[in-house]
Amino acid sequence: MLRATLKSLLARKLRLVLSGLAVILGVMFVSGALVLTDTLNRTFDSIFADAYSATDVSIAAKPKVAVAEFDGEEVPSPLPASVVETVKSQPGVRSATGRVDADGARVIAADGKVLTSFGPPRIGTNWTGTDEIMEMRSGRGPEAPGEIAMNATTAELAGFRVGDRVSVLTLQPKREFTLVGVWGYTGGRDSVSGVQEVAFTTPVAQELMLGAKDVFSSVTVRTADGVTPEQLRDRLAPVVGDGYEVKTGTQLADENAAGLKEGIGFFNQILLGFAGVALFVGIFLILNTFSIVVAQRTRELALLRAMGASRRQVINSVLVEAVVVGLIASVLGLAAGVGAGAGLGALFSRMGGGMDLAPIGVPLPAVISAFTVGIVVTVLAAVLPALRASRIAPVAAMQEVTITDRPLTKLTVAGSAVTAVGATTLGLGLFADAGDATLWLILGGVLVTFIGVALLTPLISRPVVSLLGRLFSWSVPGRLGRLNSGRNPRRTAITAAALMVGIALVTGVTVVMDSAKSSLQAEAARILKAQIMISGDQGGARPPTYDPAVLDEAAAIPGVRAAAGLYNDVVAIGADSDYVAAAEDLSVLAEAYGTTAAKLTADQIAVSEPEASERGWKTGTPVTIQTSRGEPHTYTVAQVFPENGLPKNIILPAEAIKSFGIAQPVLGFIRLDEGVTVASVLPQVKALLADSPEVTATDQQTFVDDQAAVFDDLIVMIQILLGLAILIAILGVINTLALSVLERTRELGLLRAVGLGRAQTMRMITVEAVVIAVFGALLGVAVGAGMGSAVAHALENDGITQIVLPWSRMATYLVLAALVGVVAAVLPAIRAARLNVLNAIAHD
Amino acid sequence: MAATNTGGPVAARADGIWKVYGSGEARVVALRGVSAEFGRGRFTAIMGPSGSGKSTLMHCLAGLDTVDEGAVHVGGTEISTLKDKALTRLRRDRVGFIFQQFNLLPTLSAAENIKLPLDIAGRKADPQWWDTVIDTVGLRDRLGHRPSQLSGGQQQRVACARALMGRPDVIFADEPTGNLDSRSGAEVLSFLRSSVREHGQTIVMVTHDPVAASYADRVVFLADGSIVDELANPTADTVLDTMKRLDPRTDPVML
Repeated sequence: MLRATLKSLLARKLRLVLSGLAVILGVMFVSGALVLTDTLNRTFDSIFADAYSATDVSIAAKPKVAVAEFDGEEVPSPLPASVVETVKSQPGVRSATGRVDADGARVIAADGKVLTSFGPPRIGTNWTGTDEIMEMRSGRGPEAPGEIAMNATTAELAGFRVGDRVSVLTLQPKREFTLVGVWGYTGGRDSVSGVQEVAFTTPVAQELMLGAKDVFSSVTVRTADGVTPEQLRDRLAPVVGDGYEVKTGTQLADENAAGLKEGIGFFNQILLGFAGVALFVGIFLILNTFSIVVAQRTRELALLRAMGASRRQVINSVLVEAVVVGLIASVLGLAAGVGAGAGLGALFSRMGGGMDLAPIGVPLPAVISAFTVGIVVTVLAAVLPALRASRIAPVAAMQEVTITDRPLTKLTVAGSAVTAVGATTLGLGLFADAGDATLWLILGGVLVTFIGVALLTPLISRPVVSLLGRLFSWSVPGRLGRLNSGRNPRRTAITAAALMVGIALVTGVTVVMDSAKSSLQAEAARILKAQIMISGDQGGARPPTYDPAVLDEAAAIPGVRAAAGLYNDVVAIGADSDYVAAAEDLSVLAEAYGTTAAKLTADQIAVSEPEASERGWKTGTPVTIQTSRGEPHTYTVAQVFPENGLPKNIILPAEAIKSFGIAQPVLGFIRLDEGVTVASVLPQVKALLADSPEVTATDQQTFVDDQAAVFDDLIVMIQILLGLAILIAILGVINTLALSVLERTRELGLLRAVGLGRAQTMRMITVEAVVIAVFGALLGVAVGAGMGSAVAHALENDGITQIVLPWSRMATYLVLAALVGVVAAVLPAIRAARLNVLNAIAHD
Repeated sequence: MAATNTGGPVAARADGIWKVYGSGEARVVALRGVSAEFGRGRFTAIMGPSGSGKSTLMHCLAGLDTVDEGAVHVGGTEISTLKDKALTRLRRDRVGFIFQQFNLLPTLSAAENIKLPLDIAGRKADPQWWDTVIDTVGLRDRLGHRPSQLSGGQQQRVACARALMGRPDVIFADEPTGNLDSRSGAEVLSFLRSSVREHGQTIVMVTHDPVAASYADRVVFLADGSIVDELANPTADTVLDTMKRLDPRTDPVML
């Protein structure tokens, strides 16, 4: 029996390949994600172990404001120089060096643009000589206030050599230095994991990076002989006191690596999410393939039954086929996954500025999940058709194969029930307050709804496919193709359903994004009265800044009514951290923004109505705020302004700015006098910003559109990732058609015999494919629009006030689906057209 | 020997055609220089034991298979040199087929199946001819039915009507009664004979059933790839006798 199965399997290589491809793609995504994470984890471990090899113990002040991951950059608090002296005199200390080490040293490259970074920080530091892992490439360390050195990565990216004049943006506006040295790291590395580094003399670094004199970011301590870092750490901790964190180099390496790994873990979950979608769609494909294959093998299986094979043996023979397909596909998928993981890793390392990737490994979880996913999914998908195959009465099957059209009643009832359950779950997740379960309710709801709609698809397919097909009925091949696509509703339906899932997800996400985008645009246009905005690319960890002097000069331009800058910081208010803003003069900011407010004195803050009512504040309430730098300060609520009246909910006075993490404005608003055109003022403002290359001046519409452009990027990203699901669905269409062509060999022979030309045969197959694909897309667009609208509606309180159905995008998906159909039809159509007429007619 | 038409115009002609399958040990000569003419408006049966080459001869005459040597003419056109496109057009416009397995499209109704070759050619059925054919095959009340709702005999009558509807130069029938019971078979055969007698249709039929062959005007006998005999105005008995004489080992009833 086993031999018979394996023989039949090998005899149909095409079938094997087609049913295997879906599994391969799914497994590839899962194992690729795991391989990538594993490689990056080991890379970070090795980077940080190395980075702290010259540090035995490190002392740093605890940050004033704890900031959660993804909520912005934590601003380290400075530590007074006296701590260095105290530590130096302790027994067991060989040396103690005060270090300045802060993100935000932005080099203006030789081409006049600010050097960007996609993740690694741009560190400004003080020069304390080279340590064990550093090596001088050329020149020397900075000795005078006007001198700097930089690491080789920075020098290369910016295009500078020793002796060049280099401008750097720091806490202070642009300042010019002479580059006197370039350093690298042991092993020929230009940087540690792509970090850009600029070194100043200690006093300059303190002033530019920490904004104060005689302060450091940390103290690096080396132990004397015979003392372990752990012993010294425990000895130093009580000496420096409570406000400081004393850690060994190993601890720091582990913490830093763990922090990065957390970020990677999130990325990994996204990848695994898409792998899940790919597998979900893949299950449709595998299920369909096995149903068709079993249908075609009906006679073979009946023959086996007639010869005395039991039902169990018939089921087993299908399952063995599934296991073999699953096994081979898992191996290939794992191999492809390792390749994909390596490719993504290389891409990552390039984006990270050329960090050295650890060798690609194949972690055990990747192997286990590849085989589990590959084999289990395939076997599950094969069980249903196997059960059905075993129920076929031998005598019935031995006769002329007739594909009976079983009634769809049971399927329809089941589909309706499942859809209802899915929609209810989704509704609960969206509109009921389910706490932690919300995400699971939504995900589960979406999944169950998809299955329900897929079950209903055969019923829907009849009228819709016949209607769609009428578009093509003007020619004989078109009419034949239409009839073929309608002849097996289950097969058409499941093929279309696979496409539906991908397109529904893309459409759903697009609906939510477009709704959010248009709500944002409408809201911004409603509240923003300033005609000219100063802003830069907000994508990085550190917002772009500009010289506040620009605002005074802008205010002096004739026709400008008011020009104001906005400063941002993350602060601690009681136990939680929050974003706040500050203005030089709130009355000017309000005027530029299009409202009115009084200037705040040093101890006053302004709060928006919703913020005040949420926190229970009233005019006169005292509020203690800890900014990123300096000491906590108690302010009094002096003004309560209407919602959206000003650009942030809590606004601090000008005096707070110097204690902000970034003491430079990140946004600017310029409002013009009545009757003054934007075009007459904008060029002058642009000219003023020549020395602040991180930002540009734009008109209001451009600014709002730029803010909304984030959504477009997201949509494109989602489309690319979900493209995989659609790719698998295309395979499904190809698969169904190829198997249908095999099944209808005799029919095709007859058509050719009575005079259907090759081109006409191909057209017939193409129409069938296009009808199936467009049907799937139509369903996907409808389901996606429904789900997207529901999600957008549920987010009404979060600012999505308009629900926008992206008609043009949805139309594009339909057109693309038609193209997909044409592409999917190519191979089966060629196969059909090449059939030998005589053999085809004799085929059974 | 060459089978020659006894006078009158010729609908299809084979000129010394050879057909060889495989090579070396597996080499099988299916046709050894067969020459034959099939007269217009005549009902010719090709008979012979299994493996005699009768089906191959028909396939070559119909342009479904190529010949290795010699020439085939259909209605004055030399078809052995035609490319696929021209052959497709020849099959569409000038040749009709009736197969043993009926070969109807399950998705189309009886009427649509009958019209299929005309539809592919983009031609309209002549309404008078349509009525004549439908009434002759007796399918008027079954036109809207799908093949799966028709009996075997009815399906084959649909196939006959399909072959006749385009008034082809010649209809090739490959064992048209092979899958039918004797009553349905007789219906189909008398219908074929009447289409020859009344409408001047040319039919070439391959069969190994002497009764079926007796409906023809003329029977050509094939053995081992060559034409070995022929009979005019056959009866079942004369056909059976000839076959016994040609191949005494075989009991034709068992064929």
